[in-house]
Amino acid sequence: MEYIVLIISAVLIKNILLAEYLGNCPFLGTSKRMDTAVGMGLSVIFVMTIATAVTYWVQYKVLNPLGLGYLQTIVFILVIAALVQFVEMFLRKFAPPLYQALGIFLPLITTNCAVLGTAILCIRREQTFPEAIVFGIASASGFTLALILLAGIRERLEISDVPKALRGTAIGLIMAGLMSLAFFGFVGVDGSLKALLHN
Amino acid sequence: MGLSKEFTKGLWNELPPFRLVLGLCPVLAVTKSAETGLGMGLAVIFVLTCSNMLVSSLRKIIPRKVRIASFIVIIATFVIIVELTSQAFFYPIYEKLGIFIPLIVVNCIILGRAEAFASRNGIFASALDGLGIGLGYTVSLVVLGGIREILGSGTIFGADIMWASFRPFTFMVEAPGAFVSLGLLLGIMNAFSKSN
Repeated sequence: MEYIVLIISAVLIKNILLAEYLGNCPFLGTSKRMDTAVGMGLSVIFVMTIATAVTYWVQYKVLNPLGLGYLQTIVFILVIAALVQFVEMFLRKFAPPLYQALGIFLPLITTNCAVLGTAILCIRREQTFPEAIVFGIASASGFTLALILLAGIRERLEISDVPKALRGTAIGLIMAGLMSLAFFGFVGVDGSLKALLHN
Repeated sequence: MGLSKEFTKGLWNELPPFRLVLGLCPVLAVTKSAETGLGMGLAVIFVLTCSNMLVSSLRKIIPRKVRIASFIVIIATFVIIVELTSQAFFYPIYEKLGIFIPLIVVNCIILGRAEAFASRNGIFASALDGLGIGLGYTVSLVVLGGIREILGSGTIFGADIMWASFRPFTFMVEAPGAFVSLGLLLGIMNAFSKSN
């Protein structure tokens, strides 16, 4: 049951994009059109889930026993880069349609700080392995949700009369701010859910 | 012209978060106050200048095919230096910046400068480029942090400056305020550069 609270918290309350400020470059870069937003969102769910699992294993089975905790940053980014490369090759060979759809987004994910950020957060919050996996999937789903919502808004903005200076990224940021305000409404839901579960 | 241009372009023409629209996550996350913005900016100046110089000095040795991976390793090395140094000597700032110190490694500005500039130019020019872009980034962080701190908590660098009856506008220090104020600032920058 705790996992439900964890999921709701990661998707709605501490949304990785709108409350934790992670992964904003692809958020603004790929939210101009719905199809790129969906592609990016799915790629992030895919990579982030695997990345969280692999980096968790690396931290507790390789870095910690060897006393190399201070190399976390460099090792994680290399693991993620290698993983993205591997996923790309795997998809190209065994799932060409999926590769067609996600291919161009995969290289971008290496420098998506949401992936590295989630991996590091799992370690810093000292989560257990299943918690880390659930947290990874939920964070990525929150990312995809926010990305697709913003893409829907920005497609409409294309045909509306926005002041010249605000066109493009500026209005996108303001829209993200208003969405973030909307997501603020969920603050406290996790606390009451927890109280409900304990009764 | 020449070398001084490499330095000054970062301050307006290629002002990182506004003109290049790169490296936005830290811009949003660490600008709750001018002080954290300044801390982040200094860390980025250090990493950017050092990685630019190292990339530039190794540019003839690194094979083209693995250049991105090599750049990431170089950048990550300097990020770890910053992480450990700030943990040892500037702990309060380290606490406030939190996860965003290791995340400097995926700040697109740094990798972008390594790829677009340092891998094609000499060491001295690359160092100036790093300093200039880093300084522009720092100024942007401090300005945005200042605006949010003044409106959101009524202070600047921790000092009270607003009148007694001023009610802090909490919206500004929370996430929505970060997005909206950055968007408006970007709009103002656009309006200015169009009139020029």
